[in-house]
Amino acid sequence: MSGELASGFTIVAGSQISLALAISALLFVIGLVGFLCRRNMIIMFLCTELMFQGAALAMIAFARMRMDVSGQVFVIFILTVAAAEAALALGLVVLLYRRRETLSSDAWSELGES
Amino acid sequence: MTAAGSIPQAVIAPELAWVGLAILLPLLSAILCALCAALRVKSKLPALITTVALAGSCFVIVKAYFAYSGPVEVPIFQWITFEWGDGKFQSFTADCALYIDSLTLYWMLFVTGLGTLITIYASEYMEEDCGKGYSRFFFGMSIFLFSMGALVMGDNLVMLYLGWEGVGLASYLLVGYYYERPSAVEAAKKAFIMNRIGDLGLALGIFMLWCNYGTLQYGELFAAMKDGGQTSVDWDLSVIPFLLMIGAFGKSAQIPLFTWLPDAMEGPTPVSALIHAATMVTAGVFLIARMYPFFELHPQALATVAWVGGSTALVAATIGMAQYDFKRVFAYSTISQLGYMFLGLGVGTTFGACYHTLTHAFFKALLFLTAGAIMHGFAGQLDLRKLSGLRQMPGWRIVSWTMLVGCLWLSAFPYTAAFFSKDAILFKALTSERGDFRFLGWVGLATAGLTAYYTFRVWFRICAGPVHYEAGPESHDQSHDQSHDQSHDKGKPDPTPEGESHGAFHPHAPRWAINGVLVILAIGAVVVGFPAYGHVFAHKENWVQAMMASSSAYQGACLESDHGTGAAVHTQTVLGLDPHTGLTIVGSTASIGGILIAWYFHLYSRKSADQLRAALLRRWWIRWVPICMENRWYVDEIYLACFRLPMWIGAQILNFGDRHFLDGVLVDGLAKFPIAVGKVFRPLYSGALQSYAITMTGGVALVLAWVTWIWLRGFN
Repeated sequence: MSGELASGFTIVAGSQISLALAISALLFVIGLVGFLCRRNMIIMFLCTELMFQGAALAMIAFARMRMDVSGQVFVIFILTVAAAEAALALGLVVLLYRRRETLSSDAWSELGES
Repeated sequence: MTAAGSIPQAVIAPELAWVGLAILLPLLSAILCALCAALRVKSKLPALITTVALAGSCFVIVKAYFAYSGPVEVPIFQWITFEWGDGKFQSFTADCALYIDSLTLYWMLFVTGLGTLITIYASEYMEEDCGKGYSRFFFGMSIFLFSMGALVMGDNLVMLYLGWEGVGLASYLLVGYYYERPSAVEAAKKAFIMNRIGDLGLALGIFMLWCNYGTLQYGELFAAMKDGGQTSVDWDLSVIPFLLMIGAFGKSAQIPLFTWLPDAMEGPTPVSALIHAATMVTAGVFLIARMYPFFELHPQALATVAWVGGSTALVAATIGMAQYDFKRVFAYSTISQLGYMFLGLGVGTTFGACYHTLTHAFFKALLFLTAGAIMHGFAGQLDLRKLSGLRQMPGWRIVSWTMLVGCLWLSAFPYTAAFFSKDAILFKALTSERGDFRFLGWVGLATAGLTAYYTFRVWFRICAGPVHYEAGPESHDQSHDQSHDQSHDKGKPDPTPEGESHGAFHPHAPRWAINGVLVILAIGAVVVGFPAYGHVFAHKENWVQAMMASSSAYQGACLESDHGTGAAVHTQTVLGLDPHTGLTIVGSTASIGGILIAWYFHLYSRKSADQLRAALLRRWWIRWVPICMENRWYVDEIYLACFRLPMWIGAQILNFGDRHFLDGVLVDGLAKFPIAVGKVFRPLYSGALQSYAITMTGGVALVLAWVTWIWLRGFN
């Protein structure tokens, strides 16, 4: 029963997995392109969150495929950490904005040759 | 050689350790003055400490003089001891101990006495620096007296060397006292470096002494000479006096190392009086007197000393004739008089040399202190053409008359103390069996005439004639004016309004400390003539001669003692007369003649001096004389061309090599490699956030593509 169930799931999941992975890849690429193209720091931060969620979705999909909950547990942790990190990052963005009166990331380029 | 045989063997006397206080007190005073400087004491406390300490030191020496019965060695503590075997040359000891004989006491009597007097003078002279450099000044004076004590009283040559370097250091610190003035710093460095050249000779001489005798302790050295019977003069031994001589020439400003002394006048005048006239510069004379037996080792050693002394006396006197800065005139006269002392040592009369040291110490300190009082009162005026008639100005009489005493003594006016001391030297030279010594004696006599001329040139210009004065370069100095006003306001309110006191210059006359010291020194200059008066008029033994004869300065090979008892058989005559009478006549003539010439040119008709100078300059065959004299015979320039310039060029070449090869090619060249590598990668780090992201994404993409490619290939 378990084998049937497993094989049935596999078949069902097979089509669903590729869909989930496709969505995850789409989310990641949207995030990546957004990160590379935009200069607004808040948008860039949102894009990193998108990439995060893309990766998390892929993890859930694989966990579902392997019938293993640890992937989902990871995702819950990721979400928690991401929430904390979002709070921090937004705080940073606000501070950076106060310094330069702009949200553009071009305002921060001290590391390079001026 | 019988010279060493006549030196009495020193007795070890630990119970006389209290004489060490004469050195210890100045050292304590130096420490206290340093504390005052650290605590920023604003009062005259350092002067008080130093005066008390030096007076105590002087008292100790006087007490030691009266307790003295023969040469003693006083051990104080063990200082340096090395042993690397049992043999004679396998140990080295230099104890902190005192060697007290009559020469030591003689020297210390006038060093500590003059040190005390000049410190009292300085307490008033330096009062403008109260709270600023006051403690530093008296620290320098104390450390000088400490070092001089170690030099003179030390039991061995290591202690002498310690003192020798210590007085050099004190001289450096005090010449460079006004360290904001570049010329003072320059002069301090010059004095220090030229002394170092001499000190090299002294150090090598001390090394040679140790190599030959295995000891540096005076008593043992003299005993070793006596036992060794230095009949064979080998190179090692004969080089010793020449090396020691170089040290003496450096310290006592003789040719060729004399140019530092005139520049050393940049220091405060009490320093010039004490260190650069009365005491430190006589250390060379002391060294030769102390080591006299070793100078008799080589027949040419003393002749060299005589020649150097005689020529220095003449050259310095000619320079002194043509200077307008009266402090410089006195500086050159110091060099010239030191030349006489070396002449005396060289021709074999340590008595004459040391007696002249004593008389010179008094009258030259007196002259410098009067010069200082004038300079102090006229805001640093040193040009003798810009001061006149001080004798008639209120408050300046003591200065004028004591200066006259100093000038009479310096020009060896008949029957002054310096007349007899100079006479002793010239007598010995003129009655010598050596023709070149007799020649040097005549040179010395001619120099005596020049000395009288330039000395009275100063006095007739400054103290005699119509009253006229101009303020010196410091009259616009705000701080000077303030303190000058304050010092006068203390007693009575200044009638001149504040606005005028800055416009019109008022010389301020010296007060009790300066005047008192001047009078005491003038009396002292008279008193130091008493030994000679006693000898000449009462036929008593000259005290100075007795002091010299019982010390290491006693000379074995000469007829000095016969001269003392009047039993000498003089083979030489002076101008066909008995040497005594002849020399008295010739010496007096030189002195009075010089004074009369000075009177004519610098008091009777002052214009004629300028006319004479112009007349000399018009004649091509004689014009080089005044030009060379005014330019100090171009000795500084010759040294510049011969030593300083080549060294400067060498330094520039080394500097160029260091900068462009060592630093440029090796160090900077190697450093260029990482810089070049960095330049290649630097564009990657633009600072723009997105460029990093693109690089990273691209990198990840490339890695992914590679992994995929390998994976696909593995599939096939």
